[in-house]
Amino acid sequence: MKSAVIVFPGSNCDRDLAVALRETTGADPVMVWHGETSLPDGIDIIGVPGGFSYGDYLRSGAMAARSPVMRAVADAAAKGVAVLGVCNGFQVLTETGLLPGALMRNAGLNFVCRDVELTVANAQTMFTARYDDAEAIKIPVAHHDGNYFADDATLDRLEGEGRVAFRYAGPVNGSARHIAGIVNDAGNVLGLMPHPERMIETSAHGRADGRRLFEGLIEALG
Amino acid sequence: MKTRVIVTLKSGVLDPQGKAVHHALTGLGFGGVNDVRIGKIVELDLADGTDAAALDEMCRKLLANTVIENYRIEQA
Repeated sequence: MKSAVIVFPGSNCDRDLAVALRETTGADPVMVWHGETSLPDGIDIIGVPGGFSYGDYLRSGAMAARSPVMRAVADAAAKGVAVLGVCNGFQVLTETGLLPGALMRNAGLNFVCRDVELTVANAQTMFTARYDDAEAIKIPVAHHDGNYFADDATLDRLEGEGRVAFRYAGPVNGSARHIAGIVNDAGNVLGLMPHPERMIETSAHGRADGRRLFEGLIEALG
Repeated sequence: MKTRVIVTLKSGVLDPQGKAVHHALTGLGFGGVNDVRIGKIVELDLADGTDAAALDEMCRKLLANTVIENYRIEQA
């Protein structure tokens, strides 16, 4: 199982994501700088990490989405490679057009940094196979722009097609229909605001609810 | 050629910053403010002869996120 983590200027969860991928795949991911125009051959999982790429200039994720490496990520996603975008990574994926909607300033205007309860909205995706439908899990969030927005038709389609993977169990950021994470129509691209890579070791993090996301994905990719 | 692109949130999209500013204006004693919406202005210095289609493409591809924002172009 080969993985890669994309690194933008201003990424700050790239190493956490790398540790989570190393611990679960058994191999160090390749760290790929944003200026690269291609990815190494044979990558199975691409991680787009959290942080503040390009200082959130213009809009969160807007500049990163236009960086050379994202064209390679989009090509890989079109070929079925699994792409996991966490927090700023989710913002980058929506700005790239790999996922619908947009992530706006939190409705309460505050930066929200705490463990939140999530509900697994669809345990049939390749990213949620190790969870149960409607299971309550706890994962940390740390974001200012996590308020998911899409028009009603898009939201209806996402829900109708089972593409909402995770919802917040309570109010967090004003997100439409409490959406915390969605997958693309092919099911191989997940974007979520909470940080599963920060909840992988019971000894260090208190719980390991995020670890099953990686383990389920690796199992699904076989 | 100086050009301004004005980017605004679409109507119906919640603008928490505008809401907070509205609240602050009311708190300062300014009555009669019905609503506040915050947008941004991008000033471009374009080579003469830059065509309108290219400028429109700049707006759609980067300057505005058309999922949530509208834009309009003003030539100075």
